[in-house]
Amino acid sequence: MAELIGKDFTPPDIFGKVTGRARYAEDFRRDGMLFCRLLLSPMPHARVRSIDASAALAMPGVVEILLPDDVPEQPGPANNILTYEPHFVGEPILAIAAVDETTAHNAIQAIKLDLEPLDFCVDPLRSLRPGGPNARTDGNTIVPREGIREIKWSQADFDEAGTHLPMGQPGEEWAYGDIDAGFAESALVLEESFVTASTSHHSMEPRSAFAYWENGKCYLHASSQSQALTLPGAAEYIGVEPENLVFIAEYCGGGFGSKGSAYPVMSIPAHMSRKVGGRPVMMRISRAEEYFLGSARPGFQGRLKMGFRTDGRLLAVDLYIVQENGPNQGFGDLGSAASAVSIVYTPVNMRYRGIAILTNTPPRGAQRGPGQNQMHTAMEPLIDKAARELGLDQVAIRRINAPTHESGYGGSQGPISSAYLREALDMGAEQFGWAERRARSGQREGSKVRGVGVGQAFHSAGSNGFDGLVRITPDGRLHIHTGVGNLGTYSYASTSRVAAEVLGYDWANCEIHRGDSSRGLPWNNGQFGSNTSFTMTRTNYAAGMDALQKLKEIAALELGGSSRDYDVANEVVFQRANPSRRITYAQAATAAIELGGRYSGREVPDDINAMTRRSVEQLAGSGLVGVARDNLERRGTVPALAAGFVEIELDVETGRYEILDYLGVADCGVVLHPQSLATQIRGGGVMGFGMAGAERHVYDPRWGLPGSVGLHQAKPPSYLDVPSEMGWAAVDQADPENPVGVKGIGEPLMGCAGAALLCAISDALGGFYFNRTPVVADMIINAIAGRSQSHRPLQVNTQ
Amino acid sequence: MMKDMMAGFELFQPADVETALDLLDRYGDRGWRLAGGYDSLDWLKNRGKGPTAVIDLEGIDELRGIRETSDGIEIGALTTLTEVETNGLIQERFSLLADAARHVASPQIRNAGTLGGNLCQDTRCWYYRYGVKCYRAGGNTCYAAAPEAMNREHAVFGASRCVAVTPSDCAPAVVALDAQMVVRNRRGQRVINAADFFMEPSVDIRRMTVLEPEDLLVAIRLPNAWANASFYFEKVADRNVWDFPLVNVAAAFRMDGSTVADARIVCGAVQCIPRRARSAERLVRGQTRSDQVATSAGAAAVQGAEPLAFNQFKVPLMQNLVKRAVQGA
Repeated sequence: MAELIGKDFTPPDIFGKVTGRARYAEDFRRDGMLFCRLLLSPMPHARVRSIDASAALAMPGVVEILLPDDVPEQPGPANNILTYEPHFVGEPILAIAAVDETTAHNAIQAIKLDLEPLDFCVDPLRSLRPGGPNARTDGNTIVPREGIREIKWSQADFDEAGTHLPMGQPGEEWAYGDIDAGFAESALVLEESFVTASTSHHSMEPRSAFAYWENGKCYLHASSQSQALTLPGAAEYIGVEPENLVFIAEYCGGGFGSKGSAYPVMSIPAHMSRKVGGRPVMMRISRAEEYFLGSARPGFQGRLKMGFRTDGRLLAVDLYIVQENGPNQGFGDLGSAASAVSIVYTPVNMRYRGIAILTNTPPRGAQRGPGQNQMHTAMEPLIDKAARELGLDQVAIRRINAPTHESGYGGSQGPISSAYLREALDMGAEQFGWAERRARSGQREGSKVRGVGVGQAFHSAGSNGFDGLVRITPDGRLHIHTGVGNLGTYSYASTSRVAAEVLGYDWANCEIHRGDSSRGLPWNNGQFGSNTSFTMTRTNYAAGMDALQKLKEIAALELGGSSRDYDVANEVVFQRANPSRRITYAQAATAAIELGGRYSGREVPDDINAMTRRSVEQLAGSGLVGVARDNLERRGTVPALAAGFVEIELDVETGRYEILDYLGVADCGVVLHPQSLATQIRGGGVMGFGMAGAERHVYDPRWGLPGSVGLHQAKPPSYLDVPSEMGWAAVDQADPENPVGVKGIGEPLMGCAGAALLCAISDALGGFYFNRTPVVADMIINAIAGRSQSHRPLQVNTQ
Repeated sequence: MMKDMMAGFELFQPADVETALDLLDRYGDRGWRLAGGYDSLDWLKNRGKGPTAVIDLEGIDELRGIRETSDGIEIGALTTLTEVETNGLIQERFSLLADAARHVASPQIRNAGTLGGNLCQDTRCWYYRYGVKCYRAGGNTCYAAAPEAMNREHAVFGASRCVAVTPSDCAPAVVALDAQMVVRNRRGQRVINAADFFMEPSVDIRRMTVLEPEDLLVAIRLPNAWANASFYFEKVADRNVWDFPLVNVAAAFRMDGSTVADARIVCGAVQCIPRRARSAERLVRGQTRSDQVATSAGAAAVQGAEPLAFNQFKVPLMQNLVKRAVQGA
C-alpha cells in the first residue's frame, strides 16, 4: 500500500500560490472586457424613489447600467442581487459598466439617487421593545418554517429582567430532561447574561467576479470556497441552466464561511455581460465593499443559567439567545450554539430558547464555527467562574462534563460517531504543563500578572451521500476528480489521496482535477462546516473502491478466474495464487476502454447526481472510470472537538496582554495530513484570539453607519499579536464511521483558542468575568480601575 | 461613504524643492503633497479629498537624509520612518524619536512612510474618514461627540466642536524634544517650534497643522538641548502592529544627579494636538524620581480630562503611562 494517510505531502496548488502564478477571479482578462462598479446604499434602510442616470450614461466610455429590474428578484428574506429597497449600508442598488473602472465609478458618482429613509435598527433589543423599530417593513424576526414575522416583547419583560437579558416570546425552542429538577438538585446555580460581537470575515481576496457569455454558455470566475455545490445556486442567480454555466474557482483567497455557496453579488457581472451581448465584465470588489456587503458572523445577546453538582457536573442548563441576524435570512448560529452546549458540556437537563432579530447591518452568514464559537467564548469563562466558586480545577470541571461516544446531540439527543474531548483535555494538560502553569497563575511581577486558560469547542464535522469520481488512463496515471472546492486548507488534496491509498498508488502518479466545472467534476459537498475531511475521504474511498473492483474484474476477464482471486500492489493487478498472472493498471485502463459499459464510464450508477452523470459522460472512454455515491453507513453527528490552552501575561496598567504560549489539541479522528492540521490549529488559534480580543462590528446607533470597514478598523490580529510558536497535538483516535477513521476539525480550533484566551484574561484578573466578547484593552483598564464599562450591559455594535 | 476608487488628477513629480513650491503655490488648496502615501492614498481612493494636482515629493533627494548640524540633527521630512528608527545618530542622541518611529504602524509601512508624513497626517476619526459632513469636513456638526456616538478613540482634552485626536506616534516625541519644523514656501523659509506646529480645532478646525496649502515641511531639527537625556516612549494600542495609539507618551528628562532638572512629558491620542502634561512636568522638576512622584505626576497629568461616552478608559491609561514615564525613563 502507498500508505498516504497521515503523511505530509506538497499539495499541488501550493506552487502557484508561492510563485504568484495562481490566478484568482480578479486576475483574468479578456479582449474587450468592461469593468463594472456598484452604487451602494448610503443609508441603513431606504426606498429608492427615483434614479436619474442620464448624466452617467452620457459620459464617454460608459456602456451600460444594470438595475434591480434587470436581475431576478429574490423574495424576502433572501439576499438581493440588486434592490430598490436597501436594508443595510452598502447594499448594491445598481451597477454601471464602462471601459475602465475609473470611468465606471465616475458614472456611479454622477447618478442622482433619491432615497426615502425608512426605520432602521442596529440593536436587536431595541427592535424587541414595544414600539421599537423594525429592520424590514414586514417584520423584525424570522421564525423557522414561518418566515418574516413581527415579535415585540412587553415592557414587563424588560422591566423584570433588569440588567439581565429579557426573555420574551422566542422564535424557536427545544428541551430535554427536566431543568427545574436539575436546578433543584444543583449545589451551585449561576445565571449570567452575555454579549458576543458580530464580526466580519476579513477574507484577503474580496469577492470579485468576472463573467462573459459564449455560444449560450456563461463563463463565471468567482471567489468561492466551494466548486460543485456553488454551481447550481450561481446558475439560479444568473438564470441559466446549470449545464450551461462554466464555473471557475480554482483558488480562493479566504472565505471562512462567507463564500461557502453561491452568493448573489457573484452574478452581477454575468447579468451585465448578458445585457451587453456577452462582452466580458469584471467586477472588482474593494476592501471597503467587502466589509459592506460581504457576510458577517451574527452577534448574540444571551442569558445562561447553569446548575452544577458539587463535583462540577452540569445538571441543568437554561439558555436564551437573541441573535443579531442582519436584515435577511441570516444563518442558524443560535440553534447551533445551543446544540454545541448539549454536546460539549453534556448537561443532564437542558432547555434552549432563541430568536433571530433583524437588523440593518450586513447580511449574516456562516463564519468559522457559526454559533458554536460565539457560545464557547461566552460560556467557557462562566464554566471557570463556576469552577472558582466550587473550588475546582478548570480542566477537572471540563473533564467531568466531557462527552463520551454515547452522548447525545442537540434537542433530540441524537447519536454521535465518536468523542475524545476528555482525552484531548488530558493530552493538552500534560503537554502544556497545566498544573505547573496554573500554580503560577496570578503571580505578579511589576505591573504584569500571569493568567492561564483552557477552552473547548465543537462543530459538526461530516456529511455523506456525495459522489466520488476517479479515472485510470492508459498511461497508468490516476486522475482524481474533485468538486469540493479549494478553500485554502489543502484538504481537497489530502482527501483525494484516499483514492490513491485504496488503489495502492504512488502519489507521483496521481493527478487532481478541480477548480473548473468543464474539467468533469463530481457532485460534492461544499468546502465548509469542517466537513471536507470526513465527507470527501468517504467519496474518494467509494470511487477508489469502485475502481479497485473494476480493476479486479478486468483482470479476471483478461486472465481468467473470479475478481475475488485478484489483489493489487504497485499499480499492478495480480492473481493471488499465481502472482505472475498480472496486468498493469495501464493495461487495465486500455482494456476498460475496449470493454466500455460501466468500465469506461459509458454506463453510470443510477444513484449518482446529475452533475456527476454529466461529468462521467464527458470523460467516458478515456480510461477506467471509478464512480460511486458514498452509500457508506453513517449513524449520527460527527463531532469535531478541540481543546486549547493559553498562558498570558497581562499588564494591569495598560490593559494589554502578551500571549506567552498556546497549545491546541484536536479530536479529528485519524490525522490525515499532519502539516495541514498544524496549520489549522495555529490559524484557528489566531482567528480565535482575534475574536476574543479585538474584532467587532461597530455601528453608530444614531445614523446606522458602520465604523469598522477596513482591516485596520476591524482589527484581525497581526503576526506580532500572537506567539511566534504555537503548539499542536491530536488525539489521533479513529472515528468508526469513516473508512480511514477521519473527522473534520477546522472550526472548533478557533473557538477553543478564543475561549481559552478569555479564560486566561479573567484568570489574570483574579476572576473578573466580562460576559462579553471581545474583551478589549479599554474594558480591562476600566475593570482594573474599578470604573463602569462604557457600553450598556447588553449593548451591541459598540467600540 | 467610502468609494475605494481613485478619481483622476494631474500628477507632478518634481525633482527639487523649488519646483515643488512653485506647484504648491500654483495649485493652492487644489494641490496635494504626496510623500509615503499611506495617509494620502486612503483619502484619494475614498474620494474624500479631490485634489486636481498631486505633487509627488518622492524624487526630491534634498528632502531626505539625517544630517548633523552645529546645534543638533536635521532630518529631511522625506526620511523614512525606518531610517529614523535605525539611524545611529538618532539612536545615540535622540533615541526617543527612534523609539517612537519604531512603534508606527508596521515594518512595511515604516519602510515607505516618512517622518514628515507621520507628523502631518490627518486625524483618524472614523466618522470624518467615513466621509460624513462634520465640522472638520466643512459641515456643521460633530458626529463623534453625540451622546450615543462611538468615540472610544477620541479626545479627553481640548475638544472644541471637533473631538478628533492626533494619531501620530512621532508627534509627541518631536514636541518632547523641542524640535523645530523647517517650513518653506515660495516666499521663503520659517522655523516653527514643534509645540506650535500642530493645530487646535479652536483655531482652525479644518487642518491638523499650521501648514498652509502652499507650504512644504522640509526638515525637522532636533536641538542638542535634549541630546542624551533620559527618555521614555510607550504606546498602547489594540494591536502590536498596524494600529494607531489609544494613548501614547513621549517623555524626556534632563537629570542633575538624581534630580530632574527639566522634563517634557507629552501624550498623543488624547487631544487634537500632542498634549504636554505641563502640570506633571512641573511636579517632577527638582524632584528625585520615585514611585510617589510618578504617581503624583500621573494624577496631575489627567486633571481636567473630560471623557466622552466611550473613552473614559483613556484617563486611567494616560495616568498610568505618565506614571510609567516618570518611573521608567
